[in-house]
Amino acid sequence: MPNEAKIEEPPAIETIPVKVDGREITVPKLTPDWQGKLVPTTVLQACKHAGIEIPHYCYHPKLPVAGNCRMCLVHVGMPGRPGPDGKPPMNEDGSLKIDPMVLPYERGTPKGVIGCATNLIPGMEIYATSPETKEMREAVLESLLINHPLDCTICDQAGECKLQEYSVEHGQAESQFAEQKVHKPKAVDLGPRIMLDAERCVLCTRCIRFSTDIAGDDALGIVNRGSYNSIATFPGAPFDNNYTLNTADICPVGALTSKDFRFQMRVWFLKETNSLCTGCATGCNTVIGSRENKMYRQEPRENDAVNGPWMCDSGRLDYKWIGSEKRLSKLNGATDWTTILTEITTNLEKAAITSVAIIASARQTNEELFLLKKLADKFEAITDSVPRNGEGDHLLVNADKNPNSNGARLIGIAGETLGANLPAIAEGIENGTIRSLIVFGEDVTQHGISESLLEKLDLLIVSDIFANATTARAHYLLPGCAYAEKRGTFTNVKGQVQKFMKALDAPGNARAEWEFLHEIVENVTGQNGFSTTEGLFNQMAGEVDAFRGKGLNWAALGDDGVTVEI
Amino acid sequence: MAIKVQRVKLSLWERLFIPTLWNGFKVTLSHFLSFKKSKVYEDKNKDNKFKATLSYPEELWAVPPGFRGAPYLVSDQDAATKCVSCQLCEFVCPPKAIRITPPGETGNTTHREGVEKMPKEFEIDMLRCIFCGYCEEVCPEEAIYLAKDYYEGYDEKMMRRDYALTGSNREEMVFNKDKLLERGGTHHDRIKKWEKKTADAKAQEMFPVRDKSKKKRE
Repeated sequence: MPNEAKIEEPPAIETIPVKVDGREITVPKLTPDWQGKLVPTTVLQACKHAGIEIPHYCYHPKLPVAGNCRMCLVHVGMPGRPGPDGKPPMNEDGSLKIDPMVLPYERGTPKGVIGCATNLIPGMEIYATSPETKEMREAVLESLLINHPLDCTICDQAGECKLQEYSVEHGQAESQFAEQKVHKPKAVDLGPRIMLDAERCVLCTRCIRFSTDIAGDDALGIVNRGSYNSIATFPGAPFDNNYTLNTADICPVGALTSKDFRFQMRVWFLKETNSLCTGCATGCNTVIGSRENKMYRQEPRENDAVNGPWMCDSGRLDYKWIGSEKRLSKLNGATDWTTILTEITTNLEKAAITSVAIIASARQTNEELFLLKKLADKFEAITDSVPRNGEGDHLLVNADKNPNSNGARLIGIAGETLGANLPAIAEGIENGTIRSLIVFGEDVTQHGISESLLEKLDLLIVSDIFANATTARAHYLLPGCAYAEKRGTFTNVKGQVQKFMKALDAPGNARAEWEFLHEIVENVTGQNGFSTTEGLFNQMAGEVDAFRGKGLNWAALGDDGVTVEI
Repeated sequence: MAIKVQRVKLSLWERLFIPTLWNGFKVTLSHFLSFKKSKVYEDKNKDNKFKATLSYPEELWAVPPGFRGAPYLVSDQDAATKCVSCQLCEFVCPPKAIRITPPGETGNTTHREGVEKMPKEFEIDMLRCIFCGYCEEVCPEEAIYLAKDYYEGYDEKMMRRDYALTGSNREEMVFNKDKLLERGGTHHDRIKKWEKKTADAKAQEMFPVRDKSKKKRE
């Protein structure tokens, strides 16, 4: 079509022609490495472009290349050495002569190269699935499994173990090894959150490279070089930084396991749900593993715009409260939702303009804040949210501990500084201009609105998930949901609008905040709204300025989210 | 949409039920009366000892060869639970009758050295169980058996009891770990792989590099 020709093409990427399994393809000459620096494309990456997965243990796209596991051996064909005339050997038809690589001292035996650390050469032929390559893989896998304890039955990695997967794909079912296996230490306590089983380890050094190069904590190394080599920490220095559990994720075998998840549940029972970490404003993408309404673990989900493939330990382990017995699960003020919502509506309808204040939480989703904003607009209410600050670090942890501070700012619930309006609200209650207060997910008694002030109110509507001093004084208490129990979106510190999904059912009578807020808003303002998260998000995307420009909608968010300007 | 089944309209004669009952009794009565002369029983009653009824439960019947038995956990000869809580049987169980509570972070190594994991609780709902034997087939530890299988140490009486798996309520029919182990009895394991592994590991413990470093630290 003529119109399409006018669209500016991105700058041409330098490509390189290679043959993978006899199929000619062109791949980019340079590929970003673990730091994002452009380096020559490797054989393994070229095969990926061709849609062929080369098995590997030590290679990880976000870690420096080590090339020590040898699993990615492939047989390749190279152009010959240039002759005396400076030209490489040519075929009779004038094309480059490609010879399959062979051992220099044994011409009949094919020679492999490691796919992860061999750069492409123009005209190279990669025999990714040839019998020679397969034989190399089988031999490497057999050697890796020589001393493997084969204790899959008690190994937590079983089900997501690369040794198991590659054994099925590339292994031989029988072992030729008749000798005694080497035994290494088992259940070694590496640190407060990590357990090592040295027998299962294939010494790929992924954990060492992660600790040194990503986490910046040079804590791990290999000791006892030889038959008994194993991963170890320095004597007396436990492996304890805020990113240790990532090593259990990237460990391709069951050597490093999380103490938190150890022996809790087999992974094949876990239902995986895309979610977000709510520990700080970074909003790391996660996958929740749950079974029968119980959450067992939280793992990082790769999103290069936010967290890459990592997340911090404190955020990852901050989920135990979700299944707590102390969660609010009963309504207070009425026995059922219909009655309580009707009563709230009646009471709110009686409230005078500007006599209402709303204190929302920056832990709430964009949709909930949007609905609260609608309510605030109706009453011209004064609104704010509560700041929550802590310490940040060099990698992922942000100083802002609210997952959705930017959402609160963009939607207009809070100003640039969260909590700036709180003194004004306290004063309003004190001198009687504010008669009704709506509080969501915060204990306002900790933030300058004392219990005696709360006593002065005509109407106090509170929604929370745990009991506190504010919920104790609520006229109407609406039990809400944890992030794993509802759907919604957060806007992170960089303005990335990301969605999370529902993994668990809420306890007892608790309901997702947006569900009942939607009903209250519809009753009080008389405007129709959407009764689905998707519809609500799309409505918000059309009405909130910051989201409108991007043409956001629920489906377009995808798994990774969309960046908006903040 | 639910389908509404049209019931056949019964006549008054049919609704009385007494004729139907009588028809049933007629069959029983004819068997009772023909017991001595029946050709069916002639064979069985050659020695004149055959009875049509049993004094159950003191007297147990002969179990037919096609009977498989109910799944039970077995202990090894050291009275240790063989199950390591890998949950493969729970996964493979077609009616989801098996429910294992894993040991949690601590594991449970009180029984056996070298096994880091043992089930905290193991439940089989015998009302759900269809006695298919998948659990026995999938078990990598030879820790669960249908009682019919003649593993060493198996108790024939135990098996015959299974033929009348009874309980007075649903809760009673959910067998817990202790009950399953008690009924499973002992399996004489010739290989004892975990014990063997531990023994091998102990024999290798004096490798030179590690010893040196130990002395230095002391």
